[in-house]
Amino acid sequence: MRINPKVAAISVAATMSLAVAACSSGGSSSSTNNAGSGSTASSSSSAKVTLSWWNNATSQPLLGVWQSTIAAFQAAHPNVTIQNVPHQNEFFKSNMNIALRSNTPPDIYQQWGGGDEATQLKTGKLTNLTQSVSSWIGSLGRAAAGWQVNGQQYGVPYDQHLVGFWYRKDLFAKAGITTAPTTIPELESDDAKLKAHGITPMGLGGQAQWPDAFWWEYFAVRECPQSTVTQAMASMNLSASCFSKATTDLTSFMATSPFEPGFNGVAAQSSPASSAGMLANGKVAMELQGDWEPGEAIGDTTNKNVDSMLGWFAFPAIPGGQGPASAVLGGGDGWSCTTGAAEPACAEFLQYIDSTPVQEQLVTKADIGLPANPAAESAITNPAVKAAAQAHDSAAYVASYFDQALPTNPGLALDAAIANFFAGKGNNSAIINSVSPTSGH
Amino acid sequence: MARSAGVVAPPDIASGGVAERAPRQRASWRKRIELTVLLVPPLALFIGFVIVPMLFAVWYSLYNWDGFGPLADFIGLRNYGDVLTGSVFHQALLHNVIIAVLSVVIQLPISIGLAILLNRRMRGRSFLRLAVFTPYVLSEATAAVMWLMLLAHGGPVDALLKSAGLGGLVHFWLASTSLVLYSLFFVITWKFIGFGIVLLLAGLQGIPPELREAAAIDGATPWQVTRRITLPLLGPTIRVWIFLAVIGSLQLFDIVWIMTLGGPANASQTMLTYLYFNGVERTQFGYGATVSVILFIISFLFALAYQRYALRRDTSGAVTRAVG
Repeated sequence: MRINPKVAAISVAATMSLAVAACSSGGSSSSTNNAGSGSTASSSSSAKVTLSWWNNATSQPLLGVWQSTIAAFQAAHPNVTIQNVPHQNEFFKSNMNIALRSNTPPDIYQQWGGGDEATQLKTGKLTNLTQSVSSWIGSLGRAAAGWQVNGQQYGVPYDQHLVGFWYRKDLFAKAGITTAPTTIPELESDDAKLKAHGITPMGLGGQAQWPDAFWWEYFAVRECPQSTVTQAMASMNLSASCFSKATTDLTSFMATSPFEPGFNGVAAQSSPASSAGMLANGKVAMELQGDWEPGEAIGDTTNKNVDSMLGWFAFPAIPGGQGPASAVLGGGDGWSCTTGAAEPACAEFLQYIDSTPVQEQLVTKADIGLPANPAAESAITNPAVKAAAQAHDSAAYVASYFDQALPTNPGLALDAAIANFFAGKGNNSAIINSVSPTSGH
Repeated sequence: MARSAGVVAPPDIASGGVAERAPRQRASWRKRIELTVLLVPPLALFIGFVIVPMLFAVWYSLYNWDGFGPLADFIGLRNYGDVLTGSVFHQALLHNVIIAVLSVVIQLPISIGLAILLNRRMRGRSFLRLAVFTPYVLSEATAAVMWLMLLAHGGPVDALLKSAGLGGLVHFWLASTSLVLYSLFFVITWKFIGFGIVLLLAGLQGIPPELREAAAIDGATPWQVTRRITLPLLGPTIRVWIFLAVIGSLQLFDIVWIMTLGGPANASQTMLTYLYFNGVERTQFGYGATVSVILFIISFLFALAYQRYALRRDTSGAVTRAVG
């Protein structure tokens, strides 16, 4: 699952987080290992090492997959002990950022790459994995690039995500929509058909802000050439005119009132009243969301077959847009090793997670969406997820969620500015100016 | 508030006569040890967890710091300028003030009324007391998640209004920028009114019933008894309640963060949600520290002024020099 940059976090007292960080004494074993085994030794040498592993899998089925992954890895590497430390997703980033300020960060932690990774790299506590993964990282294809900073691999992905439209096949059929829209005008006319049948076309979890951002970012990805998007993220500058065009597109699209009433106060996930819950319960016909939507939808309804009722189509093209129509917006989950972690054990564990058998388990048992290792893609059975995976594979390029591609501060400033715009309190220049190396408040 | 004489009376060594010196000195040593044993632990906690972190916050607030790496970029008071001139911070501060004022104007009369009612002998009194106190026992997170679902558009609250023929009252409780703050105030009232009532009930029970009886015998109407006897004697409790309510309003966070994240479009931003979003989530720790220092100063000044002018009579001797 994607960690939400602005998920509803219950108050995290700083003292509590510091205590969490202080208790994470996982890295303690590394120095003895380095001294005992020398730089050329493999982790199969006799020196005992322990790796603490922070991830967000607090519940089944992912928790179970990680537990069996640990068991299998430890069986093959008897000198390595992996200490699984699951953290509530909502607190993960704040806890992790505090742990990175301590002297004993976890050895391995969940890493979403991009600008966040670059921000964390400033602590000097992230291991440069470029050398140790060079033999196999190529097998992941372009997925690995999202976890590079300045061409160096400071993290590796274990799954990939992309954003697209999840729709209710039954409601589309009811409105007489037989083929998925491929352009924005087609999408708008489908919205009109749905409304004519008394169906709210789209759900939007505006409370969380980042779902709003998906919309503006996709319009930008369709309006701007790839080089402009890449350049804008790197320079933290959205002054290129195509970004303003995205705001214009969004304005006219919103004028058709496609979203559920009161979307500004609707949560994105985790309850039947959320936008994902509305789709799951047939109260809206579609939602622009990540590939985790089917798994999320099942949790928000009593209808346990809801995932088979969902279809998928890509964000439509904009006539005259300069961006490739096949480009997708996405990201993924991965890992970083910290400098205190025993090597090569840490890198070997990451390699093991990305091996085909583990990746297939993640797909079949844990519904992770798209595996980082393309060899495991054949294990996907849900036709809608398959369609999403194909769109991902054939995409001209994968644009990272802007709030993830940018460093943390401008990324969240952009989300907030877009959300204000959705709430009718913003404008184009506020969105464009929200992003800068010193994003203001 | 009870006067704690032992704390303020200074040990008097110099005035003791020769004959008395030995026992007086022993007593004064005992007092010193007592004071040390009793005061050092709380003082250490207070210094360690209040004073020191506050000084750190002041230090951080002078830097442009993202929380990673050393404090290198000293920018003086620029963060303070940015916070104090920021329109979103102004909004947040205004929202805190609105909640504080509404608490005193709306919650207080309701609390007093209910407390007086629940202080009477009647059937089911214990149950009713329990019922009004129950929301306070729930954690703020639980209450927030519950109301988030209840107030969802087309949710149970809307359905209830519609079924009662009040469909015209249905609004976007949490999605409307002009309404969201008041929806949150309603939830806050629901959550905390039980605490106020219990506090006031305790105050009411400290009022001797003879006074009311005497007044009634002298021909006072129930309203006159309440107005002239009960309310004045409840004064100290009411003043403490106002103090807690205002400080609580200034530090409002959990319910707001869970229900609205300060949105939509900052319409329910409070100083603390502003601090959390801009300081912690956006990893601008220098800036966040600045907001916390400003919040501290506002709370501190209010507390000081309130102690000095409103609570003075109630606490005279304990925190002020002049007694009586």
